[in-house]
Amino acid sequence: MAILQRSEAVIALILLTAMVVIGLINPAFWNLDNLFGLVKSNVVIGIMALGVLLVLLSGGIDVSFPAFAAAALYLTIKAMLATGYQGVVGPFVLATLIGLAFGAINALFVHRFKMIPLIVTLGTGSMVRGFLLGVVGTSMININMMPPALIDFAKTDLVTMTQPDGSQYGLTAMVLVYGAVALLIHLLLRYTIIGRSIYAVGGDAEAARRVGFNLRTTMLVVYCTAGALAGFAGLLHSSMIWLANPRDFVGLELDVIAAVVLGGASIFGGRGSVLGTILGVFMLVMVKNSLIIMKVDTTWQRVVVGVIVIVATAATVWRDRKRRA
Amino acid sequence: MKPALDTRALINRENNIAQLILITILIFVAMSALNPDKFLRFYNFESITYIFPELGLLSIAMMIAMLTGGIDLSVVGIANLSGILAGSFFHAVLTRQQLSADPAIPQVLVGVAIALGTGLVAGALNGLLIARLKITPILATMGTGQLFTGLALVITGGPAIAGFPKSWAFIGNGALFRLAVPFLIFLVVAGLIAFLLSRTVFGINLMLIGTNPKAAVFAGLRTTRMIFFSYVATGVLGSLAGIILSGRTNAAKADYGTSYLLQAVLIAVLGGTNPAGGRGTVLGVSIAVLALMLLSSGFQIMRFSIHLIDFIWGAFLLLVIAINTYLNRK
Repeated sequence: MAILQRSEAVIALILLTAMVVIGLINPAFWNLDNLFGLVKSNVVIGIMALGVLLVLLSGGIDVSFPAFAAAALYLTIKAMLATGYQGVVGPFVLATLIGLAFGAINALFVHRFKMIPLIVTLGTGSMVRGFLLGVVGTSMININMMPPALIDFAKTDLVTMTQPDGSQYGLTAMVLVYGAVALLIHLLLRYTIIGRSIYAVGGDAEAARRVGFNLRTTMLVVYCTAGALAGFAGLLHSSMIWLANPRDFVGLELDVIAAVVLGGASIFGGRGSVLGTILGVFMLVMVKNSLIIMKVDTTWQRVVVGVIVIVATAATVWRDRKRRA
Repeated sequence: MKPALDTRALINRENNIAQLILITILIFVAMSALNPDKFLRFYNFESITYIFPELGLLSIAMMIAMLTGGIDLSVVGIANLSGILAGSFFHAVLTRQQLSADPAIPQVLVGVAIALGTGLVAGALNGLLIARLKITPILATMGTGQLFTGLALVITGGPAIAGFPKSWAFIGNGALFRLAVPFLIFLVVAGLIAFLLSRTVFGINLMLIGTNPKAAVFAGLRTTRMIFFSYVATGVLGSLAGIILSGRTNAAKADYGTSYLLQAVLIAVLGGTNPAGGRGTVLGVSIAVLALMLLSSGFQIMRFSIHLIDFIWGAFLLLVIAINTYLNRK
């Protein structure tokens, strides 16, 4: 039963149980278009969650990434409109770089000024959001203004199906992007010195320093990657919903952190995996989406997320204590 | 305890307070110079005494949570839920006519009890999760914050509960001896908390737990119980802020005052509270609240957008962190 010792296995088991239960309540859950929709809602949150995973692994926390994502997508699309640029790769590089630059500010404050990451990221998040809304603008960029290249790119489907009534639905190709990012982060964490140093720093920063890891590089990589992924995910989100809204993602930090913790990452650092995070994100998105098909009023969503956070953290604390004993 | 150590700690504290007073005066002078005819009006200061108490109470609550190295991200949720529960109670027991005309003192007293009781229960839940189950304060209160806000949403279904009895509004809008009632409440509560933290076993224990949790356990302090009570206190302060907020605006809504969360953290840190635990004073936090209120009212007079003021708050927080690190290094 060694496999049950792994957090991922436990999460997967809970996930399957939850799917069966939801399916029993409303069999429409198993419809292919519902499942495809579910996968689609995973992409953006999932990519952000991978960034948050890195931060949690290093023993920190990040509540600024929703603001970074909003800033990256809005600035990028504004720049595209201003220059009339029609491309896909360039904008995504730009959005990623914007996120990366913001992440570097977090790294600077966390590492150099030795400040608690929560407080730093509260500050940077509110600065970036305040700047975006106060200086850049508050108006949404609608579909008629959105660069068509981005929309076409995000519209790509892997498979397209036709429903009995003739309407079409498909599995978005963006899931490949999500998979690629997840694989990259997985390889980074598993097989590079930087990746191992993130675990080491999260486990015990002082010990990691004495062993010879460069904490500054580690922190820079962690927060810059988190910012970069947020920026990238922001633009992807905007391309997928055909809308650039500078007020987007408000309050998303809690969902994403909840998903990562649900995936078995420890808030104290040093523990967590890409696979667990993907499962955690899927679980959270599924539960939130399924409330609707289970005919639960949407006002309950927050309550459910709150309870999930509390239960998931209580479970991880319980797990960590048992392991230490 | 060695006396030499004591005096040094005292001087440090005085230094910090002196620094804060200096910042406050600087802000005051700068704002007066920037808006000479509008900033120095009596009306401006009067309105500050109505607006700042709710934020002040939330900041003191945040400071108490930080004393043991924790944080309470659910205070705003507690405040809103308290106001909403009291509001639903009034709408259930009072007719529309009574709501607008009747002072309804007995009902308002029950409402206050409901609101404070909400804070008590919510704080106890936080305390249970943090002290007993040992969940990290950040995650525990993030989760409960969602829970409280979520419950508030479920109760109201989204829109605000508007229309509170007159005597409830008096708590947020009234004046006694020409002074704002919220301001008087703040003075009394701040004094009480200051006494509690500096002159009672509870307060001293909290400081010691925050300074060195392990040593506190070995010294035989009942850390679990003390931390539990500190979160109960935080919850009650949150609900008190909720009473004042709903009294002042005559409405309660699930997502009121969300920007207060960052501001409360900022004010606590600016007021000399160590977020890692062990240090923090009510006086420091009170001066910091005043400083930031002057700052934002000055910017508002200059017609800065609310978003830009958020930007300034965030920048101020980071600046304070940077300066503090620089000063501590010397």
